[in-house]
Amino acid sequence: MSPNARVRFLSGNEACAEGALAAGCRFYAGYPITPSTEIAEILSLRLPQIGGKFIQMEDEIASIAAVIGASIGGLKAMTATSGPGFSLMQENIGFAAMAEIPCVIVNVQRTGPSTGLPTQPAQGDVMQARWGTHGDHPIIALAPSTVRECFDLTVRAFNLSERYRTPVIVLMDADIAHLREKVELPAPGTFEVVERLRPGVPPDWYAPYSESEGPVPPLATFGTGYRFHITGLFHDIHGFPTTRLDEINPAIERVFGKIEHHLADILQWEEFAMEGAEVAVVAYGSVARAALRAVKEARHQGFPAGLAKLLTIWPFPEEYLSRLAERCRLLVVPEMNLGQLVREVERAVCGRARVRRVNRADGAIITPGQILSALREE
Amino acid sequence: MERKVLADVERHYLRTIKKFPTVWCAGCGLGIIMGGIIRAIDSLALDNDEVAMVSGIGCTGRMPVYLDFNTLHTTHGRALAFATGLKMARPDLKVIVVMGDGDALAIGGNHFIHACRRNIDMTAIIVNNMTYGMTGGQYSPTTPQWDFATTAPYGNLEQPFDIAELARYAGASFVARTSAYHTTELPKLVAQGIAKRGFAVIEVISHCHTNYGKLNRKGGAVEMLQWQRDHIIPLSRYEKLSPEERAGKIPRGVLFEKEAPEYVAEYEKVIERAMAEAGREG
Repeated sequence: MSPNARVRFLSGNEACAEGALAAGCRFYAGYPITPSTEIAEILSLRLPQIGGKFIQMEDEIASIAAVIGASIGGLKAMTATSGPGFSLMQENIGFAAMAEIPCVIVNVQRTGPSTGLPTQPAQGDVMQARWGTHGDHPIIALAPSTVRECFDLTVRAFNLSERYRTPVIVLMDADIAHLREKVELPAPGTFEVVERLRPGVPPDWYAPYSESEGPVPPLATFGTGYRFHITGLFHDIHGFPTTRLDEINPAIERVFGKIEHHLADILQWEEFAMEGAEVAVVAYGSVARAALRAVKEARHQGFPAGLAKLLTIWPFPEEYLSRLAERCRLLVVPEMNLGQLVREVERAVCGRARVRRVNRADGAIITPGQILSALREE
Repeated sequence: MERKVLADVERHYLRTIKKFPTVWCAGCGLGIIMGGIIRAIDSLALDNDEVAMVSGIGCTGRMPVYLDFNTLHTTHGRALAFATGLKMARPDLKVIVVMGDGDALAIGGNHFIHACRRNIDMTAIIVNNMTYGMTGGQYSPTTPQWDFATTAPYGNLEQPFDIAELARYAGASFVARTSAYHTTELPKLVAQGIAKRGFAVIEVISHCHTNYGKLNRKGGAVEMLQWQRDHIIPLSRYEKLSPEERAGKIPRGVLFEKEAPEYVAEYEKVIERAMAEAGREG
């Protein structure tokens, strides 16, 4: 343990709030919803202590709107919610993607659809995180499976949102949000904190959507002399609405390109016992914990199983899964839903390995035993 | 005193590249209203950089793109919520939110009453043309009862909101009303609203001759402006009328004003207190 490390006993929600503060979050807007509410409660106390601001809005639509507004005002901003609130936020998440405004949305998943099972864990919002808002757009979504990862991935969500001028979703679940673990939080200054690129040119030369300085244009803060227009309409490099194909198409290309061309930076996964593994579990979020246990048990029984734990689920690590199919004859994909990310796995694997689903969406967790049987069943 | 030429004022605050002509129909009140807002800002000698204009969706939502401020064109109904975050992040900005009646009071009604309740320092200008103009004349929360709309072919059976009453009782600290016709009153009221520390609401009654006017046989833009001239009367005159005489008349001017704690300023005090308490504990 490093001398600066701080050992704490925290829940996932607490670690997420700590991560936000450590990443430089200075604005939070949200609406109470279990199982995410502790994040709001903590930040309502802590943000004003460091000059930051907290507001409880009238609903989740207003919450994400205020977050985007604060980010335009130059603050790192986030909101946290659960399924029903995440549904309400979708339109404005699309606005943030279109207008390229950095922000972080934490979705502590609970069983749905609708009011569902408040508040049992689920991973039912995986596809919604990718496609919840209307229209084609790139998105980044991260899924922590330990309390420490709730801290790390919240920091990372802010970093990616600032670096790529995009909304980033942290897909937690009720399980990890309320689980308490001993964690060693890294000391400030020992991890990366990214600030968005701000314009270096004089205001007259500034074009908020130009790729002259790279695929991610600098973002000026309102009120700093760089007057420009932000809209959810398709826009030209100055931000003004356009219907010209020669302006729209390069814009689409750049916005997708800024994510697609930086997959090496954005994608993250971890492997356990993959050395010589002939079968593997592909898991994310709290299910990865059960998967790890199952893999350890399998190895104990002398069965060559490994675990590929995905930390970034959107964009989907397609190439990695494709390589995994070359290494393993069977991939088991356990999810607390009726089969969402497994579709991406199947698409990437393309028949070169067997893909077996393990699913439940009844609010109960997937046990190591279930995963182990799926691994061993031929 | 040097008198500024109007064209110079407008040129100073209008964007010059690629933005004109506007999307609005010939004869629309929005051009007049935009001019009035410009003159209000000029009368307060505000710098372009100090002003942020936020809008939602609809004909009024298109206004910011023409103006050389920090401009934010958001989603339908949510302008006030975006503006709330922006104002909290940048308390130094004069935040002006322009919305139509559908934007502010139907889809955005919840945000509207809560912005009033918080008394956050911004100026909400609601252009009330009593219809959804951009989508072709459907009934809105301010369409008069039994008037026609493309979605009310038998007449609108819903009773309309009174924007000023709603704003006042939801907690706004400045409430005024005028019309597109009253071009000299509009800049004065907008300037008062901007200068007011707190949530200011200015309802500007306008006309959609293209849709509402046509469906209800109200004539063209000129006739509808004449209606505004004859029916929207100063509050002082309105108050002298008997209840019978008040029928069909709408009062204009400053309708309500109060002094109340403002949200962002109060939050700054919370920060001071939180920092002091954290300092004592830490």
